[in-house]
Amino acid sequence: MKREQLFWLTIFLIGAIGLAIRAGTSPRGVGTVYVVEQTPSDAGAEPAGATPQAVRYRETPQGAPGAILSVQRTVGVWIAALMTLGVLSYLYRDNPLYKLVESLVVGVSAGYSFVVGFWDNLVAKLFVKLTPGLIHAWAIPLGEGEPLPAADWTYLAPLILGVLLFFRLIPKLAWISVWPLAFVVGTTAGLKLIVYLEADFIGQIENTMLPLIVLATDPQSGVRSVDFMQSIKNILLVLGVLASLTYFYFSVEHTGVVRHVARCGIWVLMITFGSSFAFTVMGRITLLTVRLEFLLGRWLGLIDVSQ
Amino acid sequence: MWQFLNQLDRRWVFLAMLLAVAVPLLCGFSSPAALSPDTRAVFERLENLPDGSRIALAIDYDPSSEAELHPMAIAFVRHCVLKRHKMYFVTLWPTALPVIDRLVRQVIEKEFADRKLVYGEDYILLGYQPGEQVAIQVLANDIRKSKTRDDRGQSLDSLPMMRDVRGLKELDLLINVSAGYPGAKEWVQYAGVSTGLPIAVGSVGVQVPMLLPYIPKQMIGLVGALRGAVEYETALADQYPAVFRPEAAGAIPLANIGQRRMGPQLWAHLLIVTLILIGNVLFLTGRYSKRTA
Repeated sequence: MKREQLFWLTIFLIGAIGLAIRAGTSPRGVGTVYVVEQTPSDAGAEPAGATPQAVRYRETPQGAPGAILSVQRTVGVWIAALMTLGVLSYLYRDNPLYKLVESLVVGVSAGYSFVVGFWDNLVAKLFVKLTPGLIHAWAIPLGEGEPLPAADWTYLAPLILGVLLFFRLIPKLAWISVWPLAFVVGTTAGLKLIVYLEADFIGQIENTMLPLIVLATDPQSGVRSVDFMQSIKNILLVLGVLASLTYFYFSVEHTGVVRHVARCGIWVLMITFGSSFAFTVMGRITLLTVRLEFLLGRWLGLIDVSQ
Repeated sequence: MWQFLNQLDRRWVFLAMLLAVAVPLLCGFSSPAALSPDTRAVFERLENLPDGSRIALAIDYDPSSEAELHPMAIAFVRHCVLKRHKMYFVTLWPTALPVIDRLVRQVIEKEFADRKLVYGEDYILLGYQPGEQVAIQVLANDIRKSKTRDDRGQSLDSLPMMRDVRGLKELDLLINVSAGYPGAKEWVQYAGVSTGLPIAVGSVGVQVPMLLPYIPKQMIGLVGALRGAVEYETALADQYPAVFRPEAAGAIPLANIGQRRMGPQLWAHLLIVTLILIGNVLFLTGRYSKRTA
């Protein structure tokens, strides 16, 4: 037996024995989920005349009154646990289980986005405007006494532009698909230009115009004095912005004083990237924490994650 | 020793990281976080609004960012419920719908079930709004131009919360919990600046440095990543001790999910800092020995 195979066999054996011991000794079993039917008083009350919602179940501890084993949720927890282990197995080496899980995630995400896009974009925004009678009879029922709206033919324009995009699939007529793209690019550029100037350009220049010496008034004695911390913060911010801008100013050769200021600008940029990277690391550790929280809590029941 | 460290298989580092995260979780170790000015600004704005104010909650994240953002989203909803604010849930992300459902189930239907919040009077689900920046403009100015029904299929005009609201710009505050595009930046650009709607943001860590320049003129404050969530949870628990630290026998305090996740953060960060230091020492000593050889 190769060293590699021996390693995996040992890992699986340890895992299986651990799971068996846990399943045998834990009063709630491993990965089991118990639910209780949600009473109307539990859920947010509906206003009078509202359409009643479907019966819902909420998770509950095993011994709670009315608790029943939910087979679907139990299977769900097991699938999620095995898929989590499958993803984590990539850290050791690429393997078929990881590939399977990765493909499942991509497929499910694409399928979900497609379904939501169809119902929320095409049906709820476009088809309902063009054929209100059909859509309201089929997919979006009207409320009691609500009149049937008239068709809005202006929505033919987005429909035609949308269809033109598909000409990309026909090589000889692919040039037609450039028209709707041009419309999208033009509209987006127009929209962005105004808000960018207002929110990012002018707004952030305004945010940088800070007093370099900040005076603060003591609320008790009423004495005005220099707030050193805030003053230093403001001075650093203004100097940092000026140094970074100098680094990107290429109309003057970066020699002498300009070179030194530009170098300070690089340091400011590096600190910003470092801060961004540190935040990213924090996010990734949180992801790992949550997966382990799931494995140790909901699956193995070693920690309490009921809330 | 140096040679051993130089040739160390990276999988041992993975194992060390696994232990650095798993052990604090098993031991229930947590780490406190002092309230930062940016988080305080968001907390105080929500706290100082009169009871029953109208708050839009733009939940723009999907399950892949839930680990980082869900604790703060829960804290925001809890705060709104405690202040009896009216909540308008909306999202620009199709994959955020199950997230909003979980928020409502956990906080409104489970934790605060005794308050018997009424759908349409205390909270409303406006659902997913496709169209990114254009959707923001429509939502801010006139919701009915885009949708006439809520996420449950009810006519907006039939719901008391919507009767005198045309657009989100008429509300008292918008809190955006953002994982990326479209999110906080777009809400500030297309709703905050153009309509004057006050915006507070909770964000994933990776975009925090990019959002900071918008404070304070275009953005009230910023709750950044898990640490920001813990700060907010702490401030909320201090403000409402009866809910989070009840003295009555048998009362169950509300759990602060962010605080549970901060212990592993501390140990994992310590491990990373140690590894960076060791790596740099190895690099520098290696370079020095090459030069002297």
